[in-house]
Amino acid sequence: MADAALFEFLHMEMVAELWSHHYDPGPGGQKMSLSVLEGMGFRVGQALGERLPQETLAFREELDVLKFLCKDLWVAVFQKQMDSLRANHQGTYVLQDNSFPLLIRMASGLQYLEEAPKFLAFTCGLLRGTLSTLGIKSLVTASVASLPTCKFQVVIQKT
Amino acid sequence: MVHTSLDVVDEKISAMGKALVDQRELYLGLLYPTEDYKVYGYVTNSKVKFVMVVDSSNTALRDNEIRSMFRKLHSSYTDVMCNPFYNPGDRIQSRAFDSMVASLMPQVC
Repeated sequence: MADAALFEFLHMEMVAELWSHHYDPGPGGQKMSLSVLEGMGFRVGQALGERLPQETLAFREELDVLKFLCKDLWVAVFQKQMDSLRANHQGTYVLQDNSFPLLIRMASGLQYLEEAPKFLAFTCGLLRGTLSTLGIKSLVTASVASLPTCKFQVVIQKT
Repeated sequence: MVHTSLDVVDEKISAMGKALVDQRELYLGLLYPTEDYKVYGYVTNSKVKFVMVVDSSNTALRDNEIRSMFRKLHSSYTDVMCNPFYNPGDRIQSRAFDSMVASLMPQVC
């Protein structure tokens, strides 16, 4: 499917660009690039959060929104659904994707484990942005134990 | 008047949350009629509320027409959100949005 490949290539270029000549080798530069990616994902998430649920019926509760993320959002962006959603009913959710499309072409196993966070920052922002448009303030982090399986942890911020 | 209608919108939303009936539509319908005006409401999934105030003398307006106007508003609002030059939360300055709203008006006037 051409659409999926276009986004994957664009995303790879975004990461490569941020880590090339602008790269300040210290930890500060690394964080800056990650937050730029996260910010981009956030804005895209905000727009998707408005467009995707347009014809859906109103969400009744928080869990409905998370299910929407795992099904509709993931299918729209990655052409597949999230593989598992776990909730602790106290505002923390763990979304697991066993074959994350942005990591699947890199490796299968432990190779490139240190590089993985760069490819997850945009997606964390995407989740945070979509949640924000739907009225939920959150903190999203990602972790990889072994490619291409990754987990996104969503912690709802209660203000 | 728009402020009081916002209160009615909030009332309807919280009623929807507690009701056991599967009333999860986005369109809220006629909020309340006053002597001169009728007020209609619509809420999106992103909690954005659209309030439409119509002159009561215009009795030819049917429910379907109001629904389609709200759908057009929702669709244009979504386009505004997707505009990369627009920052969510700012006042909407898109000319496309304004002209869409202006085109809805002759139908009701």
